[in-house]
Amino acid sequence: MGRTSTFLLSAAAAVLAGTMPALAAWQPQKPIEFVATAGPGGGTDNLARAVQNIITKHKLTEQPIVVVNKGGGSGAEGYVYGKASAGDPYKVIFGTSNAWQQPLVSKVAFNYTDLTPIAAMAQDEFLLWVKQDAPYKNAGDYLKAAASGEFRMGGAQSKDTDEVLTRMIEKAGNVKLTYIPFKSGAETAVQLAGGHLDSHVNNPSESLGQWRGGTQRPLCVFSPKRLPQGPKVTATEGWSDVPTCVEQGLDIKQYEQPRTVWLPGKVTPDQAAFYVDLMKKVQATPEWKDYIEKTSQVDTFLTGAEFDKFIKEDLEHVKQVAGEQGWLVK
Amino acid sequence: MDNLQELLHGFTIAVTVPHLLLMAVGVLLGILVGVLPGLGAPNGVSLLLPLTFGMQPVSAIILLSSMYWGALFGGSVTSILFNIPGEPSSVATTFDGYPMARDGRPTTALATAFGSAAFGALIGVILITFLASWVAQVALAFGPPEYFAVYFLAFASFVGMGGAAPIKTVVALAIGFAIAAIGIDTVSGSVRLTMGIDELVKGVNFVVAVMGLFGIGELLVAVEEEFHARAVSSKIDWREVFRAVGRLPRHSVALLRSAAIGCWMGITPGGPTAASFMSYGIARRFSRRGRYFGTGEVEGIISPETADHAAGTSALLPMLSLGIPGSATAAVMMGGLMIWGLNPGPMLFVDQKDFVWGLIASMYVGNIVAVALVLLTVPVFAALMRIPFVVIAPLIVIICVVGAYSVSNSYLDVVMMLGFGIVGYLFKKLFYPLAPLVLAIVIGDKAEDAFRQSMLLSKGSLGIFFANKLVTCLIVGGIALLLLPLALQLTRLLRKPAPSADETTVQATVQETAREKVII
Repeated sequence: MGRTSTFLLSAAAAVLAGTMPALAAWQPQKPIEFVATAGPGGGTDNLARAVQNIITKHKLTEQPIVVVNKGGGSGAEGYVYGKASAGDPYKVIFGTSNAWQQPLVSKVAFNYTDLTPIAAMAQDEFLLWVKQDAPYKNAGDYLKAAASGEFRMGGAQSKDTDEVLTRMIEKAGNVKLTYIPFKSGAETAVQLAGGHLDSHVNNPSESLGQWRGGTQRPLCVFSPKRLPQGPKVTATEGWSDVPTCVEQGLDIKQYEQPRTVWLPGKVTPDQAAFYVDLMKKVQATPEWKDYIEKTSQVDTFLTGAEFDKFIKEDLEHVKQVAGEQGWLVK
Repeated sequence: MDNLQELLHGFTIAVTVPHLLLMAVGVLLGILVGVLPGLGAPNGVSLLLPLTFGMQPVSAIILLSSMYWGALFGGSVTSILFNIPGEPSSVATTFDGYPMARDGRPTTALATAFGSAAFGALIGVILITFLASWVAQVALAFGPPEYFAVYFLAFASFVGMGGAAPIKTVVALAIGFAIAAIGIDTVSGSVRLTMGIDELVKGVNFVVAVMGLFGIGELLVAVEEEFHARAVSSKIDWREVFRAVGRLPRHSVALLRSAAIGCWMGITPGGPTAASFMSYGIARRFSRRGRYFGTGEVEGIISPETADHAAGTSALLPMLSLGIPGSATAAVMMGGLMIWGLNPGPMLFVDQKDFVWGLIASMYVGNIVAVALVLLTVPVFAALMRIPFVVIAPLIVIICVVGAYSVSNSYLDVVMMLGFGIVGYLFKKLFYPLAPLVLAIVIGDKAEDAFRQSMLLSKGSLGIFFANKLVTCLIVGGIALLLLPLALQLTRLLRKPAPSADETTVQATVQETAREKVII
């Protein structure tokens, strides 16, 4: 009898230990809305839909998930919506570093402090691209040519990541570039292919098709080390064959764009913890690996203090560039 | 003739029982989202997108593109029956489609629209089949100055060829530009004209604007004119469907001209909206019955519908070959392509032959399936017109309110939609044309971006608009169209001095022509 009761007790304890956190933790009770701060088809939209797909496939939560696009005003529409939904744990906002960069340079009615940070899930790399038949073979040649003539650099949006990087290149390479803003990276890539621009700084996925199709090629990547080995993009080269910009004398060690996930402000720590955990589970699936590889991004997971630190550092950096250019809003 | 061989191979992929079933399902769903309020093709396609992740890319794109065809046809249904265009490109269809339906000939209007739309789509697909490689080159030649020149040409064609007084067209365009400027500016990145309303940072959505301008505006005019007294009687006649389609070859000039305009605007990035407007304006100028346009003319339906579908179909080519989505729906499909692991771009035609040619073959078959299904449903839709106005009117208000709200689940959009309703009413009362206003709302900001990008490229010199043959031709054509009304007026003045004797009759005719044009 003694043995049985001890067994039962320990069994009960084990069951309790197993279920207690689950009972205490917050669980969603109604459908969840994923808000993509970009139009259908963009990188942020693709991420939101990939995460939705993985969660549904692996039944990571009981509740259905719908994706809505609020990409107006370069994403400001989605963030303003997040701010207005304070205290509502059923709205998950998917964005980029826009969340803290946009309020610096534009009079938008939100700031990243109005939202609850969940995680940065993937980093998109930046490369320096030129037209396939351009004469320069590396970043050094490019800078030499740029110093003598007026070069046209294209990019997505104004005073956003692409233009910040352009201004950094100007400073590091001691050149002057004319920056022409377009609506998206895809549009910029087409303009370069048509010879209307001299260069742009697209993410890998934005120009993958163009590189493979032989209309443009990357000179260097703004990363401390070369990109991971993957399948070949062209007949002879893959992402890992692209040298880093530092190797070629363009001293910008690192420039990345995180894909970020947020909840509205004023949610409870329990609710935030549920989504941090959910995103971690998503990241452990093979489908996620597949998504990362297909979009040529870098897998990363920053949350809590680490994520905060990242935001603060990036903010300081952008503030400096924006201040020098006179972009800061009063 | 490599292309033909590839196409035949494509047919072996597209014409299989599962794929034909997918087409039928896609088209039916498409018609449904096209007819239902607030659910346009882009929403429908994005709702369906997650379902396709497990499919073969060819099957997935066949399902999605069939849905697109269905939605395009469905959008014309609401334009014609209720004067509510579902997509920007079906706005021009309302000009003659709605009056014809109101006059008791909804079957003819719908059948004519579907028949000419099918013809336009067919020409578009044939073009894709034969010019795949060449088209990619043309699109690449378009830089910011060329984009601006195309938009400029579209605006100018309205001033020169539209029905209303040129100066009123300019005023309507200017108001449209101001509305298009609301929100974040691409070139400077700053927030403009939000008037202290935070939510306006997203800009004014097109759907919200047209639902108010056309749906509510028309309703207000109709209520005032006690239009409700007349219940529309329409006979559901199967033979009429075939008779209307059979009459189409008589308008072969209009059909071919509109298809040519549509294909040109689809390949160059003018898009289906500009194409349908331009085609309507040109038909009005050149048709022998041009002055009856706006009262339910057959060619007034044929021209925009043919151009719209020709442009919509041929616009898929730049998406596949260059990765430039020509429309919101194409943008969603492009997102799908990436998720299925394909990269839009020139190499798609080399790497993924099965996919590309399967899709092109399915465009032939899918459009045939779409036409068949939609023609079968014409009598059902036409029967809707027999419902008396007292029932339809509140229904239209509900459709507009629900539609405006569902664009981005925002109450502000509903308020704006009602505001646009009043604007639409005032425009009609004061004989101002609505079409240029809508055109400016849709492509005004794009034109502005292109102009300012050009100025950045040229360091502020207007010479960039005369830098090469392509852009010079487009700009000179635009300027010529702008000056056309002025030139016509001058020659009229020179020929005969103003008659003073029958001033009253002149005034009466002016009044009458203006009334006639109120529909546009």
